[in-house]
Amino acid sequence: MWQDLWSELHPQGLEIVTVAVDAAGMDAAGPWIAKASPRHPSVIDRSHLVDALFGIVNVPSGVWIDEAGTIVRPPETAYPRRPSFLDRAIPPDASEADRERIGLVKALTVDAEAYVGALRDWVRNGAESHYALPPDEVLHRSRPRPLGEAGAPAHFAIAQALHAEGATRDAVAHFREAHRLHPTNWTYRRDAWSLAGPAREEIYRTGWVEEVKKEGVESYYPRLRL
Amino acid sequence: MIFRSPEVAAPEFERVTGWRLKPEGLCREDRCVPFVPSHPPSVDVALAAKALGMPLVHDAGHDLWALGAEAGGRALASATAPDFELPDHRGSTLRLSSLRGQKVLLVAWASW
Repeated sequence: MWQDLWSELHPQGLEIVTVAVDAAGMDAAGPWIAKASPRHPSVIDRSHLVDALFGIVNVPSGVWIDEAGTIVRPPETAYPRRPSFLDRAIPPDASEADRERIGLVKALTVDAEAYVGALRDWVRNGAESHYALPPDEVLHRSRPRPLGEAGAPAHFAIAQALHAEGATRDAVAHFREAHRLHPTNWTYRRDAWSLAGPAREEIYRTGWVEEVKKEGVESYYPRLRL
Repeated sequence: MIFRSPEVAAPEFERVTGWRLKPEGLCREDRCVPFVPSHPPSVDVALAAKALGMPLVHDAGHDLWALGAEAGGRALASATAPDFELPDHRGSTLRLSSLRGQKVLLVAWASW
């Protein structure tokens, strides 16, 4: 997905590192990586460490880091091109449930053109770029992390370890606790749902449509502030 | 950030959390937090959790301890990028700090 942009911007000094936040590791992410054949670094993050470290709560999210290792833009929605789901038509014979789901997906706020334009500007102009934020603004825009939410990464990490060891029932209790503590972290929810497979509805008694309606579309992909 | 023992060697604690035990305390990038280990050079995970302001979750049934994120402020306590080491798709590992000197776009994605 990022290979084309890497080919364009790597000669100008940009490295792209993709991080697969997949509790199932290479079993889940491997086929996608093989298909993309990335020439840039592509790492696997089974316990969603980058959520805890950077405040990432959804995918795809991008963080800009300058040559000195300083973050100049905190996590924000990052698509390399306009996603096809924004233009998806609702089939005339779609069920009410499908209509609602597609309608919600189309209402998500994604501005890939503006994001990539800003990225090109930063690669060209560095610290002089209007889009490279000073450290105090980076911290100001970084997500608040109240005490309650801070325990969620620990429960997710334990859940992932237990699931990998086959203790799936015990893992679910920790996944649920991570969801309860940090309801707007969509990587915790969607990865756990994915691991549950067809049993997801029975285990978690909720789904994407219900949770997005509850938390609000703006919470899923907050509007880009360039 | 998961451990299989309540007390771990300092290098293991650093490998998992990025926080290095130094004479002045636990340090990561440009920050140090006062910390005196009870049994140096090991790190008591519960004491470290308290010093770092991170919740500690213990699963007694499976003897697992996990540290949460730093609490009470913002997700980023400093604009210096937190370092990490993760396996890549070829079986090697990548340390983020090894890319210093280049601009980096870090992108989180998922298969699900």
